[in-house]
Amino acid sequence: MNMTIIYTILSLSILGGISAVILYFVAQQFKVVEDPRIGEVESMLPGANCGGCGFPGCRNMAEQLVKAESMEGLNCPVSDASVMAGIATYLGFEATIQEPKVAVVRCNGTCEHRPKINTYDGANSCVIDAALYSGDTGCSFGCLGEGDCVAACKFGAMYMDPLTGLPVIIEDKCVACGACVKACPKHIIELRNKGKNSRRIYVSCINKDKGAVAKKACAVACIGCGKCVKVCPFEAITLANNLAYIDYNKCKLCRKCVVECPTNSIHEINFPPRKAAEAVMENHNENTIQTN
Amino acid sequence: MLKTFKRGGVHPAENKLSASSPIITAELPKVAAVPLGQHIGAPASPVVNKGDVVKVGQLLAQSSGFVSANIHSPFSGTIAKIEDTIDITGFSRPAIFINVEGDDWLETIDRTDILLAECNLSATEITSKVKEAGIVGLGGATFPSHIKLSVPPGKMANVLLINGVECEPYLTSDHRLMLEKGDEVIVGTQLLMKALSVSKAFIGIENNKPDAIQHLKALTKNYIGIEIVPLKVKYPQGGEKQLIKAVLNREVPSGALPIDVGVVVHNVGTAFAVYEAVQKNKPLIERIVTVTGKSVKTPSNFKVRIGTPATQLVEACGGVPEDTGKIVSGGPMMGKALKSLDIPVSKGVSGILLFNGKEAKRPIMEPCIRCGKCISVCPMGLEPYLLMTFSEKQMWESSEMSHTMDCMECGSCMYTCPANRPLLDYIRLSKSTVGQIIRTRKQ
Repeated sequence: MNMTIIYTILSLSILGGISAVILYFVAQQFKVVEDPRIGEVESMLPGANCGGCGFPGCRNMAEQLVKAESMEGLNCPVSDASVMAGIATYLGFEATIQEPKVAVVRCNGTCEHRPKINTYDGANSCVIDAALYSGDTGCSFGCLGEGDCVAACKFGAMYMDPLTGLPVIIEDKCVACGACVKACPKHIIELRNKGKNSRRIYVSCINKDKGAVAKKACAVACIGCGKCVKVCPFEAITLANNLAYIDYNKCKLCRKCVVECPTNSIHEINFPPRKAAEAVMENHNENTIQTN
Repeated sequence: MLKTFKRGGVHPAENKLSASSPIITAELPKVAAVPLGQHIGAPASPVVNKGDVVKVGQLLAQSSGFVSANIHSPFSGTIAKIEDTIDITGFSRPAIFINVEGDDWLETIDRTDILLAECNLSATEITSKVKEAGIVGLGGATFPSHIKLSVPPGKMANVLLINGVECEPYLTSDHRLMLEKGDEVIVGTQLLMKALSVSKAFIGIENNKPDAIQHLKALTKNYIGIEIVPLKVKYPQGGEKQLIKAVLNREVPSGALPIDVGVVVHNVGTAFAVYEAVQKNKPLIERIVTVTGKSVKTPSNFKVRIGTPATQLVEACGGVPEDTGKIVSGGPMMGKALKSLDIPVSKGVSGILLFNGKEAKRPIMEPCIRCGKCISVCPMGLEPYLLMTFSEKQMWESSEMSHTMDCMECGSCMYTCPANRPLLDYIRLSKSTVGQIIRTRKQ
């Protein structure tokens, strides 16, 4: 009886020993050498796996960062500048400071401004709507209001405003990953620089129709009159296909174009109340007159 | 027993309200817009400029690629402008606007009604005449006809099928054409047979048009090789692959074309257009359009010049009824809802259908109950409920593996779904996305 136990223990031990030796050699043979820095960098990244950097997940981004020779073109839009700076110092790179960005909805075609001329009652998806026809309003460029962008947002930074029928971006939550930009079949959403004190000026319209057609479809459409282009002292505004576009890198937030726009299609965000600004403008005008 | 295809299919209420109203020639409009993209493939490129004076039948725009078609002027007058306008597709696309003045035809066009049955042209001459005339498939798909007539090397056509099925409810344009222009359709069929050098042709007609079957049967007694095949009423029998299965019992494999099984299919409307182009030198500038609907005062069939505004046709039928909820171009199953009535009639418009508010409303969507009705009615043997889920979840690879590209968009699944799910909407999305993926992969 005792012998049986001893034999069992012995045979199992020998079997275990042999297996261990085989496993050791196999492990040596098929060893995968991985840069330990990849794991380190990955732990520094936010781990949202949103795809905003252009790679499928944070792990892939970390691999690319370790492989890369400089930080150029590699930026995690979700994390703030300090995280990227930390990764840069860890990897021995020079940190490139990326201007923080935010998503901007370039359509202001609310039910009031842009009356509906028919009813869409198909599947609740902008992509399907956009593939079917040019939309339920006279404007064939504007927001379809089915909320594909809201569904694409992984950070809860968007919601559909039931009053206007347009998506709203919650600035504090938006990480500029660009998921909504890709989801929108009309290419309405754009990532723009967040700007000083989160102040931004942009043309809230992408209608490329001629002025009269655009105006007929929507009261707040850009009609391509070019007044803003003339008034801009920094040459930040360009006009193409009956549509003005403000280059956020050149814009110095002077707000002259906002006052000039006849259809109020240029929006200013997070600026102090208008009254004070108007007073400043008037003073400014008086000064110029005096000097003249 | 009557022939039909075996797999799937539905039988919606026929509602052929305008079956007994003869074809009326529609009045000429004052201003017309002739779209440049009226066919599948590249839009034609204009050869006229603003201010030019054109005659009826003159070339307006030239075919601009392999899959493209010429467009001729349906009116005489001056070119007002070439500008984007919302057309039958629902999108803003370029069109040639003509200020119509009088009705001045090119002298080469034979406008008499005399039947010319004799033709001494060779096969290639017929094909080039069809190409010149800008003829496209008039069943609704608007595929340029001359491409179907030039059989690719290594393949052989041995049968011609003429599609007189008109399986869509409400529509009667093909039915009236067969009744009133039966002789011309038969001669057109003969010309197509000659172009393809085949000796046998079948004309498939559904059994709900007994007068057309009788009429054409009497006419074909004088012609050799043309046979009329009455078919059991079932939707979508007008689909190419379904018609081939029904008439010839041949199965077109997945991803293949009818020519791979030796068949070429043309619509009766196309056969008539071929007759006019070859024997009368008349390009494709007119077509038959049914204007119908339960609330329409006088559902009618019109012979319409391409480019006539749809509003005018509806006015001629007693105007838009007050309870109209939706206006569809084409039939109720495969037609497309229009954004407005201010669109020009193009080569692919077989009908204008006015639904009343009650018919037009789409019922509320409910969760899938896995009843499998969509699978049992799918004529292509697909699983629509699964394709929809794949599309919803953006699983494009699985969509492709489940043969989403084989879908012919007949809408039988959506028609039969007890949970009112938008199956076809999502399948269309997956078709366009998967199609794009396949194209980029090939490059």
